[in-house]
Amino acid sequence: MTATAHTTGLLDPVELDRIRADFPILSRTVRDGRRLVYLDSGATSQKPACVLDAEREYYERHNAAVHRGAHQLAEEATDAYEAARATVAGFVGAAVGEVVFTKNATEAINLVAYSMSNAAYAGEEAARFRLGPGDEVVVTEMEHHANLVPWQELCRRTGATLRWLGVTPEGRLDLSDLDRVVTPRTRVVAFVHQSNVLGTVNPVAPVLRRARAVGALVLVDACQSVPHHPVDVTALGVDFVAFSGHKMLGPSGIGVLWGRRELLEAMPPFLTGGSMIEVVRMESSTYAPPPQRFEAGVPMTAQAVGLASACDYLSALGMSTVAAHEEALTVYALEALGDVPGLHVLGPTDVVDRGATVAFSVEGIHPHDLGQVLDDRGVAVRVGHHCAWPLHRRFGVPASTRASLYLYNGTDDVDVLVEAVHHARRFFGVA
Amino acid sequence: MAAVEQMYQEIILDHAKRPHGRGLREPDRSGLRTAEAHHVNPTCGDEVTVRAQLDGDRLVDVSWEGQGCSISQAAASVLSDLVAGRPLSDVLARYDAFHAMVTGRGTVQPDESLLEDGVAFAGVARYPVRVKCALLPWMALKDAVARAAAAPEEEN
Repeated sequence: MTATAHTTGLLDPVELDRIRADFPILSRTVRDGRRLVYLDSGATSQKPACVLDAEREYYERHNAAVHRGAHQLAEEATDAYEAARATVAGFVGAAVGEVVFTKNATEAINLVAYSMSNAAYAGEEAARFRLGPGDEVVVTEMEHHANLVPWQELCRRTGATLRWLGVTPEGRLDLSDLDRVVTPRTRVVAFVHQSNVLGTVNPVAPVLRRARAVGALVLVDACQSVPHHPVDVTALGVDFVAFSGHKMLGPSGIGVLWGRRELLEAMPPFLTGGSMIEVVRMESSTYAPPPQRFEAGVPMTAQAVGLASACDYLSALGMSTVAAHEEALTVYALEALGDVPGLHVLGPTDVVDRGATVAFSVEGIHPHDLGQVLDDRGVAVRVGHHCAWPLHRRFGVPASTRASLYLYNGTDDVDVLVEAVHHARRFFGVA
Repeated sequence: MAAVEQMYQEIILDHAKRPHGRGLREPDRSGLRTAEAHHVNPTCGDEVTVRAQLDGDRLVDVSWEGQGCSISQAAASVLSDLVAGRPLSDVLARYDAFHAMVTGRGTVQPDESLLEDGVAFAGVARYPVRVKCALLPWMALKDAVARAAAAPEEEN
């Protein structure tokens, strides 16, 4: 490949500098004056000033408990919160009433799993969510713990059985036994859109087709896809989509569950209390329609406002631009890392259906030790199992080092990473 | 010297590469109380199993197996040098001294007469995330000793 082929799609340096200037934290130094090379956006992204300003402005000008009170601030706070919902819905192609705000994606997935076990105690309208012995839940071996453990627990509570699709040696979802794993006993199929370790973007259509054929619900964990490329949840055609605000330039403490309207309407609540009710009597209560039914208590209003600002920021840049930049950067990173002796990438080594997350091992250096030496060079990466322990076990490694790239990263960051890995190999005497 | 080099002292890298006491073994003597404990660091997946054998109040045998970063593996190696064959009061004093040193955020002056090679881990205190790596085998040791102490004496 030629250098020009590598750089097609990359943001030009002036544009990249302008973007970096929007992120105050990127101008700080770490560990004795090193430039911060932040390659851990898969864990959490950094925040542009507009997101921080939006939160601050909300608190300084409009703060009140939403959906309560008749004073002007309550009105403004409610408007800000609901406008944020509309912005986030628009960002992912959803209808406004189908967007439920949660604390994070983990809570969004738990919301579905707990609502399903609560269906055992709800009316007939919730019958389709009931699980019991003989029923099955299907996940994959590449799930983040957040899309695995809630389903293990749902199975434990209901007596259902957990099954899973495997992963090929190349780091792709193994669909060869899809029809054997997803059967008429399957009630839910929950899988990750883009692996937080391998970077693999999973094909939704074949899984969805099989799930539909057997009448199973489908939930997609879109934590690593929504922040990085255009995603239209309605076009995906699935039943539920979960993602986090903090991985897409938004604040922590805000996540989203998108669900098809008729499902949210039939689904019993998970958390109960204020805000989610219709009529409350001492004996019992009735519940508000969705999305309020799933938003008990005073919600994370400033965080929702901040997330909407993040969506606006990304939209202004254009998600296609973000995706193109990341793809070009991934090509660059895979090639540069591929030249390091003893370095093995976990997952696809081309960019076909692959995002900008590159996990790797380096022979003779434990990831924890590697991460420490990279940190000394100002390079922030994730080390460990990245909340995907079974996937690491699948590849026979206890842990890995993960560089996850975002719109504010450039080839200069990759160069620092690669040089730091070379340095670590010398430092630990494996060069 | 950069902090990272203070942490990865030659002595630590040596212990990590050529660890002492590694490989769980059947204790030589029968009829004594033996137990083991397996500890995991859930943030990184590092793990270590420590096996301890007591003769009265003396830790007569200690061995370990594990996988993980050089800090946790070197800590296990140094631990086996420091505690094997010692009275439990000594073992506990060394545990306390090591614990105080690595959790002390650099404010605790380590006692070399107690900790020997273990003083090389003083640099770990600068990195809060790595403290758990250094302590992993020590926590497992403490657990194994407590279990052995509670175990019934084996029949001869």
